[in-house]
Amino acid sequence: MTETLPSPVVNADSAPYWQGAREGRLLIRRCDACGQTHFMPRHLCPACWSADLRWVEATGRGTVHSFTIIRRAPLAAFAPRVPYVVALIDLEEGPRMMANILGDDALDTAIGDAVAVCFEDRGEGAAVPQFRRAGGRG
Amino acid sequence: MSETSLRNRVAIVGVGESDIGKVPGMTGLGLNAQAAKRALDDAGLKPLDIDGLLTAYSFTEPYFMLGSVLCEYLGLQPRFNASLVVGGATPAVMLKHAAEAIVAGQAEVVLVTAGENRATGQSRDQAVAALTAVGHPYFEQPYGSSIPGFYAMIARRHMLEYGTTREQMAEVAATTRRHALLHPNAHMKAPLTREQVLAAKPIADPLGMLDCCLISDAGGAFIVTSAERAADLRAKPAYLLGIGEFHTHEHIMCAPSLTEFGATRSGAAAYRMAGLGPADIDVAELYDCFSIVPIIEAEELGLCPRGEGGRYWLDGRAAIGGGAVPVNTHGGMLSHAHAGAAGGLFGIVEAVRQLRGGLGARQVEGAEIALVHNEGGILSSHCTMLLGKDKA
Repeated sequence: MTETLPSPVVNADSAPYWQGAREGRLLIRRCDACGQTHFMPRHLCPACWSADLRWVEATGRGTVHSFTIIRRAPLAAFAPRVPYVVALIDLEEGPRMMANILGDDALDTAIGDAVAVCFEDRGEGAAVPQFRRAGGRG
Repeated sequence: MSETSLRNRVAIVGVGESDIGKVPGMTGLGLNAQAAKRALDDAGLKPLDIDGLLTAYSFTEPYFMLGSVLCEYLGLQPRFNASLVVGGATPAVMLKHAAEAIVAGQAEVVLVTAGENRATGQSRDQAVAALTAVGHPYFEQPYGSSIPGFYAMIARRHMLEYGTTREQMAEVAATTRRHALLHPNAHMKAPLTREQVLAAKPIADPLGMLDCCLISDAGGAFIVTSAERAADLRAKPAYLLGIGEFHTHEHIMCAPSLTEFGATRSGAAAYRMAGLGPADIDVAELYDCFSIVPIIEAEELGLCPRGEGGRYWLDGRAAIGGGAVPVNTHGGMLSHAHAGAAGGLFGIVEAVRQLRGGLGARQVEGAEIALVHNEGGILSSHCTMLLGKDKA
C-alpha cells in the first residue's frame, strides 16, 4: 500500500502557521516596524531584523510564478500522485511560497494563473496549504 | 578596510582525478585519497609537504568533521583544516579559503579534495531521496518537490522571459557529451544527440533525464601553494588571478529572482580582482547540474548577453573550436562526472589542464585564461575564479 504523505513538522517558529492550517487559515508574518510581510516564519523580520512581528491571515489568492510537473517522485510516498504539479505561488500580499496545484485541471497550470488556497488533510487533523486554479490570469 | 587582493599570490600546482564511473571497489574516502595521491604526484610533492587540507561533505558516508576524518585517513597532521559546505560551490570556495590561508601565512601547501561513491555507495532511490534534503524540510519537502523540479521551475521561467527552448537546453547536453568523448576518464563513453536528450524519460517538466547530471563514483583533488613556491615545482602552475563569491538564498522559495542570480556578482568580483573581463576568457568551465544552469551562468558571467545563453549552445559557440569561449571541455557534470562537491572540482582540474596545454583534440588552442564557476544549492551560492597560465 502507499506510504502516507508527510505531516507538517511543527516548531517554535511555525506553530501558529500550522495551527492556522488546521483551522483552514493561511497565516503569514507581518513586521510592525517596517510593514513587510514574509513567508517562512522566522524569529525576526528578514528585511529590517525587528522582532516586532504579527501573524496576519492571507486572502489565499495568488498567482503562479513558476511550476513544474513532477514525473519521477523523489520519495516513495509521492509516487502514487505522479504526475503532480509543484509551483511557486506569489501571494496577493507579496510573499512567495511553494505548494502543489491540486484539482482535475492541475496539469493545465500555466505561469500567471490565478490560484486560491485550499487545505489538504495530512492525518490527525493536520493540514498543509495547497492551491487550486481559480480561473483567469493574474 | 580594503580587500586584500589574491591576484597572482597563489597557484594550483597539482591536479588529480580518481577512477570515475561505477567504481564498486572504492569507498568515498578512498576516492578522495586516490585523487589526492594523483594530485600530489602531479605536483611532485610528498605527503609531509602538505600543511593544510580542505574538503567538503558526504551524503553516502556517515562521517562528522570530514576534514579531520580525511586527514586521519591520509595520515596527515596539518596546521590548517576544515570541511566546508556550500553545496556545489564548495570547491571554488575552498580554493578561495586556501588562497587566503596561504597569503596569511597559515599554510604553505594546501590539499583540496572532494568526492563520494554516489553511484555504488547507495541505491539510485537512496541517492534521489537523500538529495531531497536540499529542499526546505518544513515548507518545500511536504510538497514532493525535487532538485530537478526546482531547476525545472527556473528553466520554465527562463523559457517564458527569454524564449529559451528545450532544443537549446538539449544542445547543452549534446555538446557537453561530445567534449566528454575526448576525455579519457569521463563517466559517459557513448555519443548523445539532441534528439536523444529530447526523447529521454521526463523527470520534472521541462527537464528530462538527460538534462540532469550524472550520479558517479568520483573524487577530485588539487594542490595550492604560493606563487613563489610554485615556480620551483615540476608542474606548470595555474595562477589564481581573481576570485569572488556571492550568496543570495538557500531554498528556491526564498530566491530573490528565478532569472537573475548571484553569479553576476561573484563574476564581477573575480573580474575586478584580476583586472580582466569576459573578452579575456579563453575557456570556461561552468557548473552544469542541469542543462539550464550553464545557459544562465554564461549570461551572468558575460560570455553572451542576457537571454542568449540558449543560442550560445545551439549556434555551436560553446563547442571546442566553435569560435567563441568553449564551455565544459571535459564534459561537465552532465557527461564527465558528478559526485557531490567533486562535480564542480573537476571544472577546476580541467581549467588547469587546459592552461598547461597538450590535450590533443580537447585542447582549446592558445588557452591562457580560464574561468571556472561553481554554484551550490538552487543557484544559491556562487563562486567564480579566473586562472591564468601566467600572472595577470
